[in-house]
Amino acid sequence: MTRDEPLVLGIETSCDETGVGIVRGTTLLADAVASSVEEHARFGGVVPEVASRAHLEAMVPTIQRACDTAGVALADVDAIAVTHGPGLAGALLVGVASAKALALSLGKPIYGVNHLAAHVAVDQLEHGPLPEPCLALLVSGGHSSLLRVTDITGHAGGVAPMGATIDDAAGEAFDKVARLLGLPFPGGPHIDRVAREGDKIAIDFPRGLTGRRDLERHRFDFSFSGLKTAVARWVEARERAGEPVPVADVAASFQEAVCDVLVRKALDAASAEGIEDLMIGGGVAANSRLRALAEERAGKLGIRVRVPRPGLCTDNGAMVAALGATMVARGRAPSPLDLPADSSLPVTEVLAG
Amino acid sequence: MLLAFDTASPTVTVALHDGTGVVAAATSEEGMRHGEQLAPLIERVLAEAGVRPADLTAVAVGVGPGPFTGLRVGLVTARTLAHVLEVPVHGVCSLDALALQAVADGAVTGDFVVATDARRKEVYLASYDAGGTRLDEPVVDKPAVLATSGPVVGEGARLYPEAFPDARGPERPDAAWLARGVAEGRVAVLPPEPLYLRRPDAVARLR
Ligand SMILES: [Zn+2]
Repeated sequence: MTRDEPLVLGIETSCDETGVGIVRGTTLLADAVASSVEEHARFGGVVPEVASRAHLEAMVPTIQRACDTAGVALADVDAIAVTHGPGLAGALLVGVASAKALALSLGKPIYGVNHLAAHVAVDQLEHGPLPEPCLALLVSGGHSSLLRVTDITGHAGGVAPMGATIDDAAGEAFDKVARLLGLPFPGGPHIDRVAREGDKIAIDFPRGLTGRRDLERHRFDFSFSGLKTAVARWVEARERAGEPVPVADVAASFQEAVCDVLVRKALDAASAEGIEDLMIGGGVAANSRLRALAEERAGKLGIRVRVPRPGLCTDNGAMVAALGATMVARGRAPSPLDLPADSSLPVTEVLAG
Repeated sequence: MLLAFDTASPTVTVALHDGTGVVAAATSEEGMRHGEQLAPLIERVLAEAGVRPADLTAVAVGVGPGPFTGLRVGLVTARTLAHVLEVPVHGVCSLDALALQAVADGAVTGDFVVATDARRKEVYLASYDAGGTRLDEPVVDKPAVLATSGPVVGEGARLYPEAFPDARGPERPDAAWLARGVAEGRVAVLPPEPLYLRRPDAVARLR
């Protein structure tokens, strides 16, 4: 870490986490997160208005906490970065407005960045500069995409989508199956935990969009809605027959089906593009089976796998700061002060211009 | 040097008060898009008056009631600015700013109410005495439930003339009056907390 690397504060409020991160170059100095997840748990999903209210209350205290942790004063910050999409419109707006107030009062540039690209950029904080090109598999409650990354700042088509889910996001499937099995929200960590006690080949759940005909049209796309229905039917049949539901086996077999498809398609995409580095990010990247399976299969193909530690995979401000720092380091032009929050921002638009 | 703004109506309004009077003010030309318009308007007002952010000594913000999304843009902006600049942030009921202006303009002379658009075919409403002092907490309800033949300030009267036939004065809050209210001690100062008056739908359903 040198003094001439940019000191960047990043704000993330696209869903239910109020995140404020501070980085210098690719060095993480602070990653403060306040979550409203417990307020959403009883609804079985994120309630936008509840999330937005929580962001407003958490915003300034989280900025303060990040500065305290990093041991920096706001006046020392070189630039502000903020997620301006995609995400929940009302939630994004709180972060964007706060970021503008910071930029305005500090007299520093603001970079409105894409949430998905930030999930990729965060890996630099753990494993150093991102290999470009790399293939990114982003999986969370809100997204499931395969991206070809040749320039993480998005310059000249630097972030190109190769595939995405055609229905549910992978994390959504985890939430729904967890609910079915009587496990708490959010489902990912609970399924991961319960699955360790189960048999992953006990039940042969369907692998969406892997049939020959599907592969013609959707080679790199995902579908998890059929899998979710198959799990529901299987559990109902058991219950109707008056037999106990083997929760651990269902969890393990379901998780295996999801991870199998994700890894298979990601490696297929990397091989097709001749890319030797696979980066996995997003909340589902914290899943232990996904990491293990990716490493096992990629090794055989000579593909390197980079997965940030679980705390950096879920939504946080450090990932936004990391992408902002890359923007500064590569001399990208800052965003205008009237930059909008864009709930359906395409992944190709990495920096608000 | 007080910076004041309000985002509790479709209009974004910003003003700067130097302790003697309003020295610069700006109002958005198009409705909504608070998140896009507020910061550039603040920047413009500061530039017009030749004031640097560091010169500000306080921030005042309309705390509603008003549509939630816009309201939060104003509140988080005010709280963040105040945090960075280490100055106090004062909340003002947005209806009070309308009341103050109506009294100052002579649009009302006796008791009156202020009614603004709460969407969903409802209005936000509060009652005031002849001096513009609020007599009760603001409420949200259907115009028919809150109907009055007395003088009504605010957009609610134009939107629901059958419930509020005697429309008077300004329709939407103006930050210049918010600034005067705070700088000259003519409105009650509140903590910078949003006056939502409604619970989130999902929470309301749960009860
Ligand atoms: Zn995310």
